[in-house]
Amino acid sequence: MNVLLDNFPEFRDGFIGTVSITAVSSVIALVLGVIIAGFRVSPVPPLRFFGTAWVTLMRNTPLTLLFLIFFFVVPEILFPGMSPFVLGSLALGFYTSSFVCEAVRSGINTVPLGQAEAARSIGMTFSQTLSIVVLPQATRTVIPPLSSIFIALTKNSAIAGAFSVAELFGWQKLMSDKGYDIVPVFIWVALGYLVVTFTISGLFRLLERRMEVAR
Amino acid sequence: MSGVSVTKAAENAAPAGDDLVVLSDVNKHFGALHVLQDIDLTIARGEVVVVIGPSGSGKSTLCRTINRLETIDSGAISIDGKPLPQEGKELARLRADVGMVFQSFNLFAHKTVLENVMLGQTKVRKTDKKAAEEKARTLLDRVGVGVQADKYPAQLSGGQQQRVAIARALAMDPKVMLFDEPTSALDPEMINEVLEVMQQLARDGMTMIVVTHEMGFARSAANRVVFMADGKIVEEATPEQFFSNPRSDRAKDFLSKILHH
Repeated sequence: MNVLLDNFPEFRDGFIGTVSITAVSSVIALVLGVIIAGFRVSPVPPLRFFGTAWVTLMRNTPLTLLFLIFFFVVPEILFPGMSPFVLGSLALGFYTSSFVCEAVRSGINTVPLGQAEAARSIGMTFSQTLSIVVLPQATRTVIPPLSSIFIALTKNSAIAGAFSVAELFGWQKLMSDKGYDIVPVFIWVALGYLVVTFTISGLFRLLERRMEVAR
Repeated sequence: MSGVSVTKAAENAAPAGDDLVVLSDVNKHFGALHVLQDIDLTIARGEVVVVIGPSGSGKSTLCRTINRLETIDSGAISIDGKPLPQEGKELARLRADVGMVFQSFNLFAHKTVLENVMLGQTKVRKTDKKAAEEKARTLLDRVGVGVQADKYPAQLSGGQQQRVAIARALAMDPKVMLFDEPTSALDPEMINEVLEVMQQLARDGMTMIVVTHEMGFARSAANRVVFMADGKIVEEATPEQFFSNPRSDRAKDFLSKILHH
């Protein structure tokens, strides 16, 4: 009669689904976000334009609409036969990358201009200046907002459930279709999410403390 | 050009005909402000040129245009016969040959003193780590901060930080060193330790362009003094001539204000 114990394999698959889509799209968002932030502060105008356009487009589009585009438009014209998991991760990763980009950019802006000037003065290229001198010093400032962004990403991953990706929130639909009482189902789902989000915030708090000692 | 008086007597100047840095007809605006007006300046190899003048006269901007930290609106700047390239790899290569020392030191805050001096060698010159470290330690000893090598910049005094910054610039074997008010952010008692390093550098024959308010340094180390006011070079002379017998009223006015108190 226990909704969790009776349906544990499905719950477990949903939980693993949420963790994997969170992990994969976090990596996509982080890598893309840092690169786009580099574009936005670059001396090359076309790159700056692309960065600004990317952020404007991704940040201002409702996530559900982005999912619709990725599930129904992208496979038609670009890459047919991609799995729902990959499509969902890409949609979520691209969307979140715009927020990561802006957090990283605000971090870059906290590093005194003289640091970049000194780096350029000893002959470093723009990308060396950014990766060796500016970004390492920006990291500390960027960590707290990044933590929030990745927690939001975790919760946003629930939308993927509506697009036939196996994840935690999808389990709720399955259970209510089976006729279980909705309240305990939601409590278990919430606990599942809490495990993921608490892990993320714990991880970031650890990182933050590590960074504090470094300097 | 009106109002500019160039003294020809340059008996203690470096050998002529070997121009290292040449600025011709350089103009720059900051919005409506015309910070550099028709600047012509030639610095010979081995020459030490001190640029002085009141605040806002454009002397720092002049210094920063030479390694293109500031772009110019018109005119031309060339270093060792090559015109300054556009932003990119080539400019980076050229900047490696031009040492720059800032008013606020700008040491890399997340790197140790040793790493600060090694970074340019390993990342730009692609020297191997061991050789770079050896050279960095030698340079740090030379500027007198060898024992601080493993500390972070924030743990050093201002004077020590500035000496590390000089070592960092020297590590690139620059053809010319630019000093943008290197002692303006220092406590009075730390100014001398930095000036001594610079004086030693001048004696060793380094080509130097020094923007400063230290008249003592200008007197003792400079081959030539360039006096700037309101974006123009008003006077160029040897230090003896400039300090004992300035020609322009603007320079007389400036000197009377700073030398008598």
